[in-house]
Amino acid sequence: MTSAQIEIQLIACIVAVACAIPGTFLVLRRMAMISDAISHSILPGIVVGFFLTEDLNSPWLILLAAFSGIITVVLVEYIQKTGLVKEDTAIGLVFPSMFSIGVILIAKNAGDVHLDVDAVLLGELAFAPFDRLIINGMDVGPKSLWVIGTILLLTLTLLITFFKELKISTFDTQLAATLGFSPVIIHYGLMTVASVTTVGAFDAVGAILVVALMIAPPAMAYLLIKDLKRMLVLSAVFGIIGALLGYWVAHWLDASIAGSITTVLGVLFFFIYLLAPNSGLISVLYRQRRQKVEVHLLTFLLHLQNHTEKSERHINHLYEHINWHKVKAQSVLDLALKNNMITIEDSIISLTEKGETFTSEAINYIITNKSAAIEEMKDRFFLFRG
Amino acid sequence: MNDKIAIKVDDLTVAYNFKPVLWDVDLSIPEGVLMAIVGPNGAGKSTLIKAMLDIVKPIAGTIEIFGEPYKKQYKKVAYVPQKGSVDWDFPTTALDVVLMGTYGSLGWIKRPGKTQKKRALEALEKVGMLEFRSRQISQLSGGQQQRVFLARALVQEASIYIMDEPFQGVDATTEKAIVNILKELRKSGKTVVVVHHDLQTVPEYFDWVTFLNVKKIATGSVKDIFNDDNLTKTYGINYKVSVLQ
Repeated sequence: MTSAQIEIQLIACIVAVACAIPGTFLVLRRMAMISDAISHSILPGIVVGFFLTEDLNSPWLILLAAFSGIITVVLVEYIQKTGLVKEDTAIGLVFPSMFSIGVILIAKNAGDVHLDVDAVLLGELAFAPFDRLIINGMDVGPKSLWVIGTILLLTLTLLITFFKELKISTFDTQLAATLGFSPVIIHYGLMTVASVTTVGAFDAVGAILVVALMIAPPAMAYLLIKDLKRMLVLSAVFGIIGALLGYWVAHWLDASIAGSITTVLGVLFFFIYLLAPNSGLISVLYRQRRQKVEVHLLTFLLHLQNHTEKSERHINHLYEHINWHKVKAQSVLDLALKNNMITIEDSIISLTEKGETFTSEAINYIITNKSAAIEEMKDRFFLFRG
Repeated sequence: MNDKIAIKVDDLTVAYNFKPVLWDVDLSIPEGVLMAIVGPNGAGKSTLIKAMLDIVKPIAGTIEIFGEPYKKQYKKVAYVPQKGSVDWDFPTTALDVVLMGTYGSLGWIKRPGKTQKKRALEALEKVGMLEFRSRQISQLSGGQQQRVFLARALVQEASIYIMDEPFQGVDATTEKAIVNILKELRKSGKTVVVVHHDLQTVPEYFDWVTFLNVKKIATGSVKDIFNDDNLTKTYGINYKVSVLQ
């Protein structure tokens, strides 16, 4: 690897971590779309800032652009409070307007600004190593590395200092307010961090990838982890994986780095969505199927308990009687046999003692409306699940 | 109960979009009572307690907690919001939620330590939820979630407890457990204010009651004012205490 390659990957990783932190809270607050709004509406701030400072990495430009991010949030909330439109509509109204102001400003001053809309949307990570920070004639590395590194440090400091406040105001705003914490301050603090991070990452990775890095890694972590601290760590890890994998995919395809990172994040999310142990699609489908078979099993056992007469308990009769087709009936029968709930003699099915106890207990729970207890009961009785 | 006033509401009017939901409410809640706020849907019960907690800003009137505004007294008040007001899929455990109750006394930046954790565990034990302390909160039943909320209020060691429908959607065991804790709180001199829906249980659970329907209809001891007249005035139709029982 060349030093430029290492620098690009380092920048991508730091951007990923810096985005994952505010992103986690945005996802938990159901404000993912706000990051999209911010990422687009900082554009006029960047353009105006660039006119004034003529330096894309100037702290003043970053603050000015972040400020236009905050204005977006305030506008969205204001429009929403009128009660005339919902939040998503308000977001959809504000950020295109802000973004288009930026686009017009760029177009009007195209000669003076080395910004073009493509670079704004997708960024150009590959060029980041060319813009060096020189202190006293010494090359200390790419400017964007220093910018985003500083932002990450600030974000981490704020996160560690105000972790408790962030947590309580995200989980229960009203409680936070009654305990003397100001949810409004925390809210705008978080929005400021999100805006500053977006601006800092913007030059390197562009508006679209900033959103992907803020939302996709926390969304993946959320499917896997039910602890806030670990969710933050895992989001950062997913961000880094996406950044590194994406970089090498881009290298291999000779394509845009930002585009590749975003694609990798999308693919990663898809796999986690499929495979997550409890909330993943496959596990949900599996659980639903199992529950269905087990409900059938219970129906079947209840039928056996209700009918002592042999004719009602004959295997062939059962197929017709409960109105199940053969395959389903067979799988229920197998499950009951495996769990020693029934015995079959001369094609006549009888409940075993265990089957009797299980059925009686289950009925009892159903009548007393304690269906939740049945799950616990299944754990006790079942050797094999459906 | 003694002569001291825990919460004093004067001429309180609250409006949402210029439509008053509470109109000129005067209310004095004596220290040490266990009080139900009852009234039909849309009577402004939740709004009243949110105004007490300074969550909702009134357009007129004042509220004092032990003679001072809420902002100066917030450490003396514990709030149990409606269970549905938070996202139970939030990545956290029962113990962690209870710990949040200690944040108020800690103030900004300081973090909960061993003392706070010990208090949180004690509160969990009190509501019978100790064994579920590490359980992710979405894995708890409705009743268990409500108990966690109650435990979170208990660790605040407040003088006033304000609860929004703590019996909503909980099982009978939880309801009993909550009532016992409320009665214990009253015994130890705390003031408890509960937004309550089930008129039938008012005489059994509470000793003080406020009838509310946008305006205050009546407030006083259950013995004195829980009668047909006030029920009818509040609910509009011919209500009878005898029918409730």
